[in-house]
Amino acid sequence: MSALGTTYSILFSIATIVLVVGLVRRIMLYARTPAPLKIPTTPAPITRGGVAVRMLKEVTIFESLFKSNKWIWLFGWIFHFALLLAFFRHLRYAMSPDNPLFTLISLELVQTAGKYGGYAMLIGLIGLFGRRIFVDRVRYISAPSDYLMLLLLLGIAGSGLLMTFVSHTDIVALKAFVLGLMRLDWQPLPADPILLVHLSLVLILMVVFPISKLLHAPGVFFSPTRNQADDPREHRHGGEWADRMKAAGGQ
Amino acid sequence: MADFEIPKLTEFQLIPHTKDGVMAHSQPYVAKPEFQESLGFPGELVDNWEEKAVEKLGDLVKGSRALQVFLDACVKCGACTDKCHYYLGTSDPLNMPVARQDLLRKVYRRYFTFAGKYFPKLVGAVDMSKDVLDQWYSYYHQCSQCRRCSVFCPYGIDTAEISMAAREIMDEVGQGQKYCNEIIGKVFKIGNNLGLPEPALVDTLEGLEEDVLEDDGVAVKFPVDVEGADVLVVTPSADFFAEPHIDGLIGYAKVFHAAGINWTLSSYASEAANFGMFIGSHANMQKVSLRIREAAQQLGVKRIVFGECGHAWRVAYSFLNTLAGPFDFLDPNYPVPQHIIEVTHDLIQRGAITLDKSANDEHRVTYHDSCNVARASRMGNIPGGQFVLPREVIKASVNHYYDMAPETVRESTFCCGGGGGLLTDDLMELRVKGAQPRMNALQHVVDEYDVNYLAAICAICKSQFAKVMPYYDFPMDMIGSVHGLVSNAIQLGVKE
Ligand code: HEM
Ligand code: SF4
Ligand code: SF4
Repeated sequence: MSALGTTYSILFSIATIVLVVGLVRRIMLYARTPAPLKIPTTPAPITRGGVAVRMLKEVTIFESLFKSNKWIWLFGWIFHFALLLAFFRHLRYAMSPDNPLFTLISLELVQTAGKYGGYAMLIGLIGLFGRRIFVDRVRYISAPSDYLMLLLLLGIAGSGLLMTFVSHTDIVALKAFVLGLMRLDWQPLPADPILLVHLSLVLILMVVFPISKLLHAPGVFFSPTRNQADDPREHRHGGEWADRMKAAGGQ
Repeated sequence: MADFEIPKLTEFQLIPHTKDGVMAHSQPYVAKPEFQESLGFPGELVDNWEEKAVEKLGDLVKGSRALQVFLDACVKCGACTDKCHYYLGTSDPLNMPVARQDLLRKVYRRYFTFAGKYFPKLVGAVDMSKDVLDQWYSYYHQCSQCRRCSVFCPYGIDTAEISMAAREIMDEVGQGQKYCNEIIGKVFKIGNNLGLPEPALVDTLEGLEEDVLEDDGVAVKFPVDVEGADVLVVTPSADFFAEPHIDGLIGYAKVFHAAGINWTLSSYASEAANFGMFIGSHANMQKVSLRIREAAQQLGVKRIVFGECGHAWRVAYSFLNTLAGPFDFLDPNYPVPQHIIEVTHDLIQRGAITLDKSANDEHRVTYHDSCNVARASRMGNIPGGQFVLPREVIKASVNHYYDMAPETVRESTFCCGGGGGLLTDDLMELRVKGAQPRMNALQHVVDEYDVNYLAAICAICKSQFAKVMPYYDFPMDMIGSVHGLVSNAIQLGVKE
């Protein structure tokens, strides 16, 4: 067992805990924080089913963003879709062949789409980065962390593409490493510089996720302006706290 | 005419380049101690206000999923940056919705997030300080809480919610805004925003009865405090004597008269407006709302109908049931509350009132969707009814109707520039500049269709337009009530 394998195994275990615990806590916080008033941005669906459709459109085609700004939509959507493709492609490294989904993930279509999705991801990210630099309004609202986040993702995508198209890594050994991680039976990691850069950046991404604006991913589902049904006259919302406030004499 | 530059009207809505700090000087007057205290806030800036402000911010975030999610989720994509009329009209980057949010977010991050506590520079987090408070006071009073940004944000982040929270924090540390807080004080003391006491109200309404009798030869009633009436009408107090609001009130009275509906106003709840919302205070908003419930119970009415007022309709439609409900003592066959437009629309549909469109032939009409009606409420039973019903009522009353450009109406409507508690003379520059996008759109329909009547269903919009339209060379009497048009067209039967 190599020191490298052990180090990365430890790091990935920690990062996974940080990511999962951080996200779960945040999601619980969102779920538990009260939404005292009905504030959907109208026109809004008047039924729960309608809300589900609205939400689905927001997270799949970024409907509001599409109405808002075609360039951000285009780059943003390309980036996220590519992210999804890459995610599916990567599942193969974390699945043993006897997993029922393995055949699906191994389909030529999924693998090729994921492969070229990397380029799409770069294009999307470069577009978003460009807007941050060249559009004065977006430059004004950008903090260092906003640039760094894009650079981080560019780094991940770039190093990934290098391995896919330029300098292949030992994928069999890598897969053994990943499966080992999941089975708590740590395995060595190929000492390939590009791979180590790629994995290190992913580690950073995992740790930053629950403490950064990446919380938009769970956040969107909890946004009251988007997830509430427009039915305040039909259903009394939040009556309990209002009655308590009334009893307390308006304080 | 003005000691500031009036924005030019342009063929297309231009998105200006950012000009740092050009509106930093725009601040409303601070509320006097007596008015602060009458709302339960400290009279002036408390000693340890930095601490208090941070503490209040923490409490607010804990109590509002909206704040919690909005403060966390913004990705700084920039989609909202060109959506605010105040940014378009002033070029001040802090009037871009996300930048406005960041004024609060940077403090939230500093005290309540890991990144902000340990890496403040990296994520733009700052300590609460006098400079921050100053910026808050300026720029959270440059947001009309119109929610246009929320429509266009991929997560629906509503800067209005952030502004309300910031204003509540400022109230809580003793730096409230004069205009809003004085007005809320008047509602508690006298019953309405204008401080119009009962005898004066009765007098005014009698005068209106005489006017209508004289003009139309029909004895239309304007009843107050009539016990056992079917309908309680709650309307913004501007309807009682400001032009063009009053024509709207006359319109409601004629509709009830023609339909034979027994209605009344209340001298106790003689105000639909609820400025508690503008300052983000649930407690004050509830106190004002409860007056309406009490009035309805006292008078024993079966229905509650709201007059033409934008934010009042938001509070009524979206919050009244929560804050002052349940309204199980009212007739369950009608939604609680109803909008006067819903009532009139329904009567038109059923043929219960007759309108003669030719009575409005001198008017070539367009319609301004008020923010709070458009983006924070509904009318009728389909989503978007708030766009359809007013237009149908107008079209049933006039022969010449023209919509403004699609990107400036319905849920994309531009605020009048005076909403959200900013309708005060100390913010005149902001109000004029913030009206620019709406004035632009209006200019186009004036040029193209000779429009000469801008119909609105909001007391604030009406007052604001009457004041700012002259700056853009529109006559101030171009602005009118929707029910002013109904009033002209409605047939009241045989003249006596
Ligand atoms: C439910 C899943 C998600 C949804 C609905 C979603 C949606 C969005 C939208 C609408 C934007 C704004 C447009 C743009 O700039 O692209 C955005 C931005 C962003 N998203 Fe996501 N996202 C999701 C998941 C993720 C994940 C898992 C990541 C990261 C690994 C991510 C990273 C980013 C980044 C970095 C930005 C900012 C781009 C910039 O700086 O301009 N998103 N997301
Ligand atoms: S549109 Fe929404 S997410 Fe994008 S910058 Fe504005 S507030 Fe933030
Ligand atoms: S709510 Fe309206 S006024 Fe306030 S920031 Fe958003 S667009 Fe501007």
